[in-house]
Amino acid sequence: MGILEVKNVNKRFGGLQALGDVNLSVAENTVHAIIGPNGAGKSTLLNCLIGKLIPDTGSVLFQGQSVLGRKPYEINQMGISRVFQTPEIFGDLTVLENMMIPIFAKRDGVFRMHAFEDTSNEREIVEQAESMLEDLNLQDQRHMHSASMSRGNKRRLEIGMCLAQNPKLLLLDEPTAGMARADTNNTIDLLKQIKDERDITIAIIEHDMHVVFSLAERITVLAQGSPLVEDTPENIKGHPKVREAYLGETA
Amino acid sequence: MFGLAKKDVTLLLIVAALTMLAPFILNPFPVDSAMAQFNAGYPDLMQRFVIFGIFAIGFNILFGLTGYLSFGHAAFIGVGSYAAMWMFKLFGMNVLPALTLAVVMSGLFALLIGYVSLRRSGIYFSILTLAFAQMSYALAYSVLATDMDGPDEQGLLQKGLTGGETGLQLTLQDPRILGQQTTADGGIPVPNLFGLEMRSATEMVMGDWVFTFSAGYYFSAVVMLIAFYLSIRIFRSPFGMMLRAIKCNNTRMTYTGLNARPYALAAFVISGMYAGLAGGLMASMDPLAGPERMFWTASGEVVLMTILGGVGTLIGPVLGAGVIKYMENIVSKINSDILHSWFAFLPDGLEDLVVTMIYPFVGKGWHLTLGLMFMLVVIFLPGGLVEGGQRVARLFRRKKAKEGKKSTQSTPAE
Amino acid sequence: MDAIILQILNGLDKGSAYALIALGLTLIFGTLGVVNFAHGALFMIGAFCAVTLSRILNISFTTIDETRTDFLGNPLKVDTTYIEHWLGPDLGGGILNWSVPLSILFAIPIMILVGVVMERGLIKHFYKRPHADQILVTFGLAIVLQEIVKYYYGANPIPTPAPDAFRGSFDFGTLIGFDPNTIIYPYWRLVYFAFAAVIIGAVFAFLQFTTFGMVVRAGMADRETVQLLGINIDKRFTIMFGIAAAVAGLAGVMYVPINPPNYHMGMDFLVLSFVVVVVGGMGSLPGAVLAGFLLGILESFASMGAVIDLIPGINQIIIYLVAIIILLTRPRGLMGRKGVMED
Repeated sequence: MGILEVKNVNKRFGGLQALGDVNLSVAENTVHAIIGPNGAGKSTLLNCLIGKLIPDTGSVLFQGQSVLGRKPYEINQMGISRVFQTPEIFGDLTVLENMMIPIFAKRDGVFRMHAFEDTSNEREIVEQAESMLEDLNLQDQRHMHSASMSRGNKRRLEIGMCLAQNPKLLLLDEPTAGMARADTNNTIDLLKQIKDERDITIAIIEHDMHVVFSLAERITVLAQGSPLVEDTPENIKGHPKVREAYLGETA
Repeated sequence: MFGLAKKDVTLLLIVAALTMLAPFILNPFPVDSAMAQFNAGYPDLMQRFVIFGIFAIGFNILFGLTGYLSFGHAAFIGVGSYAAMWMFKLFGMNVLPALTLAVVMSGLFALLIGYVSLRRSGIYFSILTLAFAQMSYALAYSVLATDMDGPDEQGLLQKGLTGGETGLQLTLQDPRILGQQTTADGGIPVPNLFGLEMRSATEMVMGDWVFTFSAGYYFSAVVMLIAFYLSIRIFRSPFGMMLRAIKCNNTRMTYTGLNARPYALAAFVISGMYAGLAGGLMASMDPLAGPERMFWTASGEVVLMTILGGVGTLIGPVLGAGVIKYMENIVSKINSDILHSWFAFLPDGLEDLVVTMIYPFVGKGWHLTLGLMFMLVVIFLPGGLVEGGQRVARLFRRKKAKEGKKSTQSTPAE
Repeated sequence: MDAIILQILNGLDKGSAYALIALGLTLIFGTLGVVNFAHGALFMIGAFCAVTLSRILNISFTTIDETRTDFLGNPLKVDTTYIEHWLGPDLGGGILNWSVPLSILFAIPIMILVGVVMERGLIKHFYKRPHADQILVTFGLAIVLQEIVKYYYGANPIPTPAPDAFRGSFDFGTLIGFDPNTIIYPYWRLVYFAFAAVIIGAVFAFLQFTTFGMVVRAGMADRETVQLLGINIDKRFTIMFGIAAAVAGLAGVMYVPINPPNYHMGMDFLVLSFVVVVVGGMGSLPGAVLAGFLLGILESFASMGAVIDLIPGINQIIIYLVAIIILLTRPRGLMGRKGVMED
């Protein structure tokens, strides 16, 4: 059984069947890509996984526990971190502070009133955050406001913030959308490095086939709200149904 | 020192020095001089500086850190004032228990209002807090001011919990079970700190200058310093960082496994308690509490103080409160005679013209100046006085750096 | 039954004022995305347009009438207004008498001008700023406007009567089969209600049936797309601001005989109108109108003696209470659209 099990999930918006009987199993410690043409229901599926939407029917199990009806912060505390299409970081805070917040959240849970301790006295957390920044090659920017970083570095920081929590599952929503080629390649390298160094499952939604085929070990193709095929990248490339539904346009 | 970084200790010490020396600093002009009306070193005004300073410091913890714009914070001032008054009436005139009850009551009240209001954000939050504050004002003005003793009794609740329009006042009949009910000469006792009367003051005459040292002011100032110190601690704490994170990006906050609502609620309650403390102090300085303190213009005033000083900065709100209360007092005292005496050096026609032009902005026109200031600050200086000061400082530094460069460049040529 | 009808009628005039102010607020919010705290000041300025016109018309000169004497036996001084002097007592006196309705003509250009100047001069620069900044700068503007009015007109309410023809009350009850003197309703309130209905109808018709209105409605739904179509939406929004200002101003003009205007009436109505907008649903024009009347009538019911005996002070807090309950149970308000201010 996979770390993430999506069973018979349906979601309608008025007359539109956004998701129809989606079944998906993401195996532990793999990189699983979900691809599909526009409007295939990728984002809807992702939103069902992280608590933003609740499916009409079906179940979503993470390590055997249902995530449905839980708040996004509860799902995060279960071990699922999410990277957004446009980097969501704390723009007015420094890079170091950005990195400290997820570590606090990991240690202290959803809420803790530590109003009269000095942040700089939290040695462990500062050290963890600094070493994480070093891994990301961002240590020389640590006192900068994160809003003034480059797009590529914002993405690195966001991925780093997710990793700092040691998530079991990392969800990425088109992590290279709107990026220059060099930044895209940097991000691919970063994700490869993460995959090699950590026990982590990565689920990725992506348009860019270059990214998908550089990273993915399994690929699910979604079309019109339902999974079309699920297979290894090699087989997907040659699959006639996929060519027809999706790659056909580019091949 | 005090568990603060060096920079913050310096700031705290500067504020402490300024407040302790305020009776001198604010009285720079000799008593009989024409400029004496600009002196602000009298107890009543100085007390208002520090009390509104506390109010603004607390408001800044909510608005400055979390970005939630409450338009109803004056309600907590009112609750604090009424709570302190009831403490005076029932138990005695010592200010410490009164302030304690003021803080506790306003904290509970803030918990209730915050719990409901924080379920919405943005403009909805502002309007919810405004609605709650207006409701509290209406309640204090009418419902809670009705006779709750029954028609035949003449007891404590004859004018309800709030006393309505005239406000809640002390009377000779108040029980004051822990203190003296009446003074030796049969009057109503005054608020005190273990016997030190809040209204007592000593005057010091130095040549043409007279300086007044009031017990009430120094007590309030010490309370404000403690409040300021605590706010520095909050700003520098992980909790403060979380609050800034809410302002910045609520989505990331949630997807980082943090529940923003209890953080915002805690900030709301803390700022409500600061407001309650300020309200309690008002009642301690002048034992009277009326509903007008809760009116929404009072809530608007604290927003202005915070913005004028600098939202989200430590010292900003204190500065803003000081500037506004000073201007309110001084500007509203200027009348046309004073204006004429100032511009007497001008030719007659010009003098009249200048006076007519300035007159609408002073005296009773103080609110016009206030409104204009409000607009100008929001338009041109959203960062408030603190940002303005920083800009000026940067300008000077750049100039200096340029001069420095010039001199180093010129050295080798010599 | 008669008491209920009476309270509904009593709620109508206040409800009309709420609805008109809330309508303008919603138009501005929906089109420009700006939270305008100075909108109440526009209502107040409208009211003072009526006061001003009546003062101008009442400018008079004094003559001494030798034929009559006052109670001290001196010749009687008679004040004659210029307008009566020039146009004769019939026409001149008529104009004087009808000064409030005539102020409408006087107020429309002034209000549109005030609105356009406000939008071009100030609000325009705040489209991209946070809502908090918009609230604060318009709050400052509201204070400035009301202080200016206070400076010129003083702090006391200024009574300005309705035309003689509408000064009385009529027995509404007899019309619908109740006993005489059970439902008495002042004429002017009825006029106010009818006037409000006409204005509301005109605004809706304008938005519904003109191309201008169509573009504005499209802009309310999706500003960016409309701009992509190459339509200069900004100019239309400026005009919309002028119209919203005129609606608020006219609401103020006609309210003068009901409640003598003072400089802070704008603020008083503004707080309640915001509550109305929120209850109706931010960005929904029908919602604003519906909520305006609903809350006006509810307030009137809460002021009934029987209700106050039951729950003392309920008339003071009913509107806020309803707003709080609505906001918590239906966050979008009664008729709010999805996606408007929902973060």
